[in-house]
Amino acid sequence: MPSEVKFSGLMPATDTDSGIIPIRESGRGAVHLNVDEARRATAMNSPIKARAQGLSFYYGDFQALKGLNIEFRERQVTALIGPSGCGKSTFLRCLNRMHDLTPLTRYEGNIMLYPEDINLVARGIDPIEVRMRIGMVFQKPNPFPKSIFENVAYGLRVRGLRSRVRLAEQVEQALRAAALWEEVKDRLSESGLSLSGGQQQRLCIARALATNPEILLFDEPTSALDPIATARIEELITGLRERVTVIIVTHNMQQAARVSDFTAFMYLGELIEFDETTKIFTNPSKKATEDYITGRYG
Amino acid sequence: MNATGAARAQLERSVQRRKLIDQLFVLAGMAILFAALLTLALLFLKLVHDGAPRFGWDFFTHFASRNAGRAGILSAWVGTCLVMLVTVTAAMPIGVAAAIYLEEYAPKNWLTAVIEINVRNLAGVPSIIYGLLALGLFVYKFGLGQSIVSAGLTLALLILPIVVVATREALRAVPRAIREAAYALGATHWEVTAHHVLPYSTGGILTGMIIGMSRAIGETAPIITIGALAFIAFLPTPPVSGHFPYLSFTWLTDPFTVMPIQMFNWLSRPDQAFQVNAAAAGAILLGMTLLMNGVAIYVRYRFRKKINW
Repeated sequence: MPSEVKFSGLMPATDTDSGIIPIRESGRGAVHLNVDEARRATAMNSPIKARAQGLSFYYGDFQALKGLNIEFRERQVTALIGPSGCGKSTFLRCLNRMHDLTPLTRYEGNIMLYPEDINLVARGIDPIEVRMRIGMVFQKPNPFPKSIFENVAYGLRVRGLRSRVRLAEQVEQALRAAALWEEVKDRLSESGLSLSGGQQQRLCIARALATNPEILLFDEPTSALDPIATARIEELITGLRERVTVIIVTHNMQQAARVSDFTAFMYLGELIEFDETTKIFTNPSKKATEDYITGRYG
Repeated sequence: MNATGAARAQLERSVQRRKLIDQLFVLAGMAILFAALLTLALLFLKLVHDGAPRFGWDFFTHFASRNAGRAGILSAWVGTCLVMLVTVTAAMPIGVAAAIYLEEYAPKNWLTAVIEINVRNLAGVPSIIYGLLALGLFVYKFGLGQSIVSAGLTLALLILPIVVVATREALRAVPRAIREAAYALGATHWEVTAHHVLPYSTGGILTGMIIGMSRAIGETAPIITIGALAFIAFLPTPPVSGHFPYLSFTWLTDPFTVMPIQMFNWLSRPDQAFQVNAAAAGAILLGMTLLMNGVAIYVRYRFRKKINW
């Protein structure tokens, strides 16, 4: 650990012993990292699931992303951080071709998906096909005004699953994976809108998980939630590492530090720095990254 | 009085003067609102009062007659109902489909902008113009004659712009976040429209449809233009019969009359007794319109309650 790192005086010393080390006191409060050496080793050895190569993106004449190069490792959590307007959400939405819904948008470069080695943003690739494989959870919980069951079953129905038994099975599985089953198992026919905000967001996670996506994208999933609901979602995301590759955009640096294995810092449409989360938050190599995580701007 | 006291007194005066303007506006607004409502209420009460002697079961079950005391509105209300049935059947699918295309599918270019402006303008075209169009097109060109189907289609044309505009508003009210949620799960454009956008906007669409119908039900000019009979002493062939094939469509080409025309006919008679009939029929027509608007409000309320974004 570099000598200039200041320890937060608020943190009890025992936390260091338990593997949680407090790092850099920032304007946003101390950032706490989960350092698990075994996990770090697995992270570094995981195969690459997706890789952006020279990815640029345009809204009409405005270039929102400038030649990004980044890779996402399988079953790891990668956080995208940076000030508002830096392009992190824009980048996330390239990964499931959400921009195709907006006229006058254009991709340049590649996003390769492995192991098939296909380019997600190629003209010949149907965005529907991409979205069948890469799920997304949005900033504001957006359940359909349908029953809880139908919310989760929708992706399966779109894929042509008709068997009631199989649907029920997979819906339960997805709700369990999203840690919502116990709360809703007796009210599956009630409207998804009758749930609280945090439950709605977990419902949206279950909905995305039901179709077993290869990558799950989170676009600031907790920015509309209270701290308790946020904690539950974060816990959930950490656990999702077991089954899916996660990419999460967040405004909250503590969140990035808590849930992710890798962190990418973006600024003005460029990728400034990308490294292991531990490295980014303790010893960033770029001045801009350090300024951002210590709260000097953004 | 010291300086601060004076300043405070001035502040209070200024606030009071501004609050007075506030209250004056509220009073003026309420006065105008009540004037409008009162006019409607008086009109309705006058019709009810004038037509009171004629209200009763017989009025609904008797045909028009030379004898004012025996005349009823049977053929008129049956005609109105059947014409409305044709209108809804024609205007609903065409209007909703057009709105879906314009709102969800059409590219945003000058052509769609021109279509959009024209659809809105069509809502303002005088209804007699629609009557003339229908006379030439439906009655003569298509040979549908002076029939229920001609009248229904004419009124369908008349309310099509209302249905299209209302449906587009309803579709637009479905939040982008909901569409994105469906797209993100791999739904196609049509699946997003059919599984989500359309069901969630049903309340607004139905409301627009009912508002359109309550406009159509009172239309007289285009119906007269295409030649509805004013005096008719028989009913169209019943659409449902007790024997095979149970459904009959010959009623579509039968001659007919509708409520406003029956009223118009009675009003134009010199005999004072028929004026009573006209008032009674007017009260019933107004009641039907108010009832339909009531249903529209209820439908909207029901769907709003179920879906709150």
